[in-house]
Amino acid sequence: MRVRAQIGMVLNLDKCIGCHTCSVTCKNVWTSRDGVEYAWFNNVETKPGTGYPKDWENQNKWNGGWERTKSGKLQPKQGAKWRILSNIFGNPDLPEIDDYYEPFDFDYDHLKSAPEVKAFPTARPRSKITGERMQKIEMGPNWEEILGGEFSKRSEDYNFEGIQKEIYGEYENTFMMYLPRLCEHCLNPACAASCPSGAIYKREEDGIVLIDQEKCRGWRMCVSGCPYKKVYYNWESGKSEKCTLCYPRIESGNPTVCSETCVGRIRYLGVMLYDADKIEEAANAPDEQDLYDAQLGVFLDPNDPEVIAAARADGVPEDWIKGAQESPVWKMAMDWKVAFPLHPEYRTLPMVWYIPPLSPIQNAAEAGKIGHDGEMPDVRSLRIPVKYLANMLTAGDEAPVAHALERMLAMRAYMRSKTVDGVIDEGIAQRVGLDSAMIEDMYKIMALADYEDRFVIPTTHREQVEDAYELRGECGFTDTNGCSPGISKGSLFGGKKKALKMPEAM
Amino acid sequence: MHDFFFGTYPYIALTVLFVGSIARYETEPFTWKSSSSQMLRRKQLIMGSVLFHIGVLVIFFGHLIGLLTPIWVFDALGISHGAKQLLAVLAGGVAGIMALVGGGMLFHRRWTDPRIRRTSSFADIGILALLLLQLVLGILTIFVSLGHLDGHEMTKFMAWAQGIFTFDSQAASYIADVSPIFKLHLFLGLTIFILFPFTRLVHMLSAPVRYLARPGYQVVRSRRTPPPAE
Repeated sequence: MRVRAQIGMVLNLDKCIGCHTCSVTCKNVWTSRDGVEYAWFNNVETKPGTGYPKDWENQNKWNGGWERTKSGKLQPKQGAKWRILSNIFGNPDLPEIDDYYEPFDFDYDHLKSAPEVKAFPTARPRSKITGERMQKIEMGPNWEEILGGEFSKRSEDYNFEGIQKEIYGEYENTFMMYLPRLCEHCLNPACAASCPSGAIYKREEDGIVLIDQEKCRGWRMCVSGCPYKKVYYNWESGKSEKCTLCYPRIESGNPTVCSETCVGRIRYLGVMLYDADKIEEAANAPDEQDLYDAQLGVFLDPNDPEVIAAARADGVPEDWIKGAQESPVWKMAMDWKVAFPLHPEYRTLPMVWYIPPLSPIQNAAEAGKIGHDGEMPDVRSLRIPVKYLANMLTAGDEAPVAHALERMLAMRAYMRSKTVDGVIDEGIAQRVGLDSAMIEDMYKIMALADYEDRFVIPTTHREQVEDAYELRGECGFTDTNGCSPGISKGSLFGGKKKALKMPEAM
Repeated sequence: MHDFFFGTYPYIALTVLFVGSIARYETEPFTWKSSSSQMLRRKQLIMGSVLFHIGVLVIFFGHLIGLLTPIWVFDALGISHGAKQLLAVLAGGVAGIMALVGGGMLFHRRWTDPRIRRTSSFADIGILALLLLQLVLGILTIFVSLGHLDGHEMTKFMAWAQGIFTFDSQAASYIADVSPIFKLHLFLGLTIFILFPFTRLVHMLSAPVRYLARPGYQVVRSRRTPPPAE
């Protein structure tokens, strides 16, 4: 057993209202620069839809993630190392920027500077790459917002596999949900595995996956390697960039920007202890539907004295062990089994998990006829097909998803009976394998979701591993080019000259 | 003049090449990259880039081995000068055409595609143009070589190149009487050496062949031990 700690995230999709605050605050902090205008380290998709970049879930097309070969070996789906290297001159699996969208801005200035004309002046779009006018914007980061576009296109969504999808194109049967996505900070990251330079690494102490900007050579294999398409090639700097899980914030015990600003309070951050020795075996489970269970098997119970002793021996700090014991992620993933990994079939063992959304009961007009399972409606009569959620979260295995939805319905029924009728109905809790204490805890964490319940983040202990004396006179956070103040003077070696823009006096 | 260009200039070029590359690697690691533009436009890139890179690699190693292997090694192996010359002409010709076709596609794409043109620096376009010119010169030398297939002319270049690396003060004189096309080809080659550290060409020094030897797939860094100096 090799104990490592990881900051994991859970998103409660049942409460996501699709406001995009997470995306916007993330963008303002991390990707408001040249070369990554098109990149959204965090984006929110409306499902069903093909997403951003277009059709990202279709790994037959992109070859992202891992595959188990016929001989039972685990290797990146884009190929073994020699295969990846042989594609270095031209990567056949790399998306083009149009698969995301051509970044654009509008001629706002024209609105106030246009001379007197008959037609009202308009702000037309301009490409941020070429600076030229664009005839038509064909794609954006949120192109299918709230079921935008025709059903025939949206329904190319990979999660419809094995579903008679035609009826969901009918107005009466339509359904939707939001899916906020960010880097999964996987236990078995395919981006790191496919980086020929070894520039992408996982941090042992908190599991954050980062790209060393000084070692990245722009071979762009990570972009195609990541099945979630969450590594972005900066076309201006020629380096790959990705979500950093806001590591400067995490290190100081603060939640990521997307979590901090989430108005629906749907995001949770907490420590998970896991056994690094079990990763390969878990990621290589023969049956895709076993991958969810296999990943559960990698996590270690932070209350088990044996695990605690091993964690201490492996150098996990005391407050991290305590953090793991109080982790909301552990509760939702392991205790209550309501959270699931996104597309476990990619074999990356992702660490951003999702609580599936409940949805209105189908054919509400015929409410009398709907299937009832005792006190509660049958989850299979919910508007969002369980199979659809299962394709997204458990490689198509419906039982765990249905179980989670039942528990969430039970939590509602229990609390309704408690607060409205003043009756504590232990039977509801027992029917879904819980007790009233657990349901009340679920209610506290998932429904009330107080700040300190959502974010249990121990600080990093640099003081234990870094000798401050050695670091004296070094620079702090820089633009990765030595101790530059962030504004590089033009250099012989092609560094970019950036003018310092001062805000103008009004 | 001849002595300067083929006796002194090579040392200037090699010095700039080595010192410049080390200085860039040490002081501006963020600028050390392949500068791929595939993501902005896939069209013409894959075919052009594959042809160009494979062609150039064959030519590069051909020159390296052909010029710097002492002539007695070939004699000992029983390879006649004529045979070596023929091999050089054939392999170099095929690879040269590949690189020229591929490079031509890349240049066309870089020059005419608005996305690539706008995101190209002067150095990006300039170095590609110089490489294409060098390829044309190199292919033209083949026609000169066809006039003397006994390999005698070729041994002059070997003596010169090896003379440079062994600090032979007479090195330049060995190629005093070769065709001007060869001289131009050599001069431009040395100039490309000088430009090397200041262009995207440096990415070839980072060819990630060590990836094949990396144990396992994953890279983990720990604050408990300093990051491996890879």
